[in-house]
Amino acid sequence: MDLANNVSQETERTEEQWLEGLRKTVEMVLPIQHYQESYGAIGIKSATDIKSLKDFQKLPLTTKEDLRKNYPFGLFAEPMENIVRLHASSGTTGKPTVVGYTREDITLWARIVANSLKRAGVTKKDVVQIAYGYGLFTGGMGLHYGCEELGAIVVPISGGNTARQLMLMRDFGTTVLACTPSYALYLAESLEESGISRDELKLKIGVFGAEPWTEGMREEIEQRLGIKAYDIYGLSETMGPGVAMECPAHKGLHIDEHFYPEILDEEGNPLAVGERGELVITSLDKKGFPVLRYRTKDLTTLHYGTCSCGQVGWTMDRVSARVDDMLIIRGVNVFPSQIEEAILLEGFEPHYLLVVYRVGNLDQLEVQVEVNETSFFDEVRELEARQQRLHKRIEDVLGISVRIRLVEPKSIPRSEGKAVRVVDKRNKEVK
Amino acid sequence: MLQLSIFLENAKGRLAEVISLLAECKVNLRALSLADTKDYGVLRIIVDDPEGTALKLRERKVVVSLTPVWVLKVPDRTGGLAEVLNQLVQQDVVVEYMYAFVEKENEQALVVLRVQDKGIMEKAMQTLNLPVL
Repeated sequence: MDLANNVSQETERTEEQWLEGLRKTVEMVLPIQHYQESYGAIGIKSATDIKSLKDFQKLPLTTKEDLRKNYPFGLFAEPMENIVRLHASSGTTGKPTVVGYTREDITLWARIVANSLKRAGVTKKDVVQIAYGYGLFTGGMGLHYGCEELGAIVVPISGGNTARQLMLMRDFGTTVLACTPSYALYLAESLEESGISRDELKLKIGVFGAEPWTEGMREEIEQRLGIKAYDIYGLSETMGPGVAMECPAHKGLHIDEHFYPEILDEEGNPLAVGERGELVITSLDKKGFPVLRYRTKDLTTLHYGTCSCGQVGWTMDRVSARVDDMLIIRGVNVFPSQIEEAILLEGFEPHYLLVVYRVGNLDQLEVQVEVNETSFFDEVRELEARQQRLHKRIEDVLGISVRIRLVEPKSIPRSEGKAVRVVDKRNKEVK
Repeated sequence: MLQLSIFLENAKGRLAEVISLLAECKVNLRALSLADTKDYGVLRIIVDDPEGTALKLRERKVVVSLTPVWVLKVPDRTGGLAEVLNQLVQQDVVVEYMYAFVEKENEQALVVLRVQDKGIMEKAMQTLNLPVL
């Protein structure tokens, strides 16, 4: 066993040990006006007022809205002179949310990501092609610093320019690909048409994240690229990629020891281990922008125990749905991942688009799915039968009827970053 | 004989686009038929070099499948087709779909037949010895 590449294993922590870390974070944020006000309102004046995890769970949650209200730097815990980097989430639904890192934060983050990569079996001998976007988005830079910390060779190619990605993948002998799952699939598809054969590539590992994906999608990517795919989780508000990472056991993602996870129901009440709800994260030891009980809007389940890889601690299931992605169709909650699963099970390609519109007062969901060589049959009857089966499967899962529309291959736009799965035309009609 | 089947979304101009593509590829259409549904159509064509044409179309991102069909010569007179079909029925052949065309050089009537069971059709053709293209 290569000891130099051992993942640092978490040892079991007692409630008191967790509390110690959590109190430190509370202490860090208390000088900030936003927290002073909200914590003061429930009588928390100092970190020592938190006597138990139960007390901790009484602290108000932090939301994306809180970050926006304090835009841009209102929730930073260090003076600006100590901040060395800013990142921000895309502000598609309003102002961006801005996060700041001190020098120690950057070092810590790099160590966390390096540890995540080790979990997937990445070593300093690997050539890592980072096809996540570089910039305000944490994906590119986060992976980059983690790879350098690990000592691997970084190819900071960023997203896009697919033909070039494939050429360099071959010429540089890339062994690890890091990007979104939808871009990985696009690269696989482009490889088949590029004239570069799979045998010319040394690719063996994929580190994919930044968007929800299903197990079916993983199988599809693994098969088409001939690699092992690992899920990396994180969001800029809590640090970036590396908050949690899969190990070869594929029994969920190990949550890094610098984060304290909770699962809450829709009303914000704590749920037990094993119950599905919204993931809430508190950062430990993060200084520039500590987060306390941050609502990730990601739906998952927490588990605690010892993994077959030897790791002790918290794991979370793969995030296959985000609260924000949820569509409400005729009063029924619909997650794109449920439809993705059905599409893959019926043998169609995972290239789909959900179009929501309204006819009169009734919501309609149209699922556009691409037909390919293997799913296209000359007999209209057979094609219609397949369409019917998909229709039935989706109806069984969702409990509502949707319209399936078969479309030509490559007609749904491919993504070089986070895939666009939903076009909701209802919003426009309301405004 | 192999027939080319092409998936076509119901969009304005799409059929013309694909037919023009075939012209660009210098493909001579000997026969065609179009099955349509609400959202898409299936264009079925008979050409001289089906495999080569399929390759060219795939390069241009058109979804094509090659389907085995029978092209039968039919006596060009009243009741000609009925005779042929009745003979096939007696041999248990079930027809999925068919379409007809006329070759102008020899004024020959031809029907393209897609059958449910290839094996049964092969046997029937051996027994009946019907003229094929």
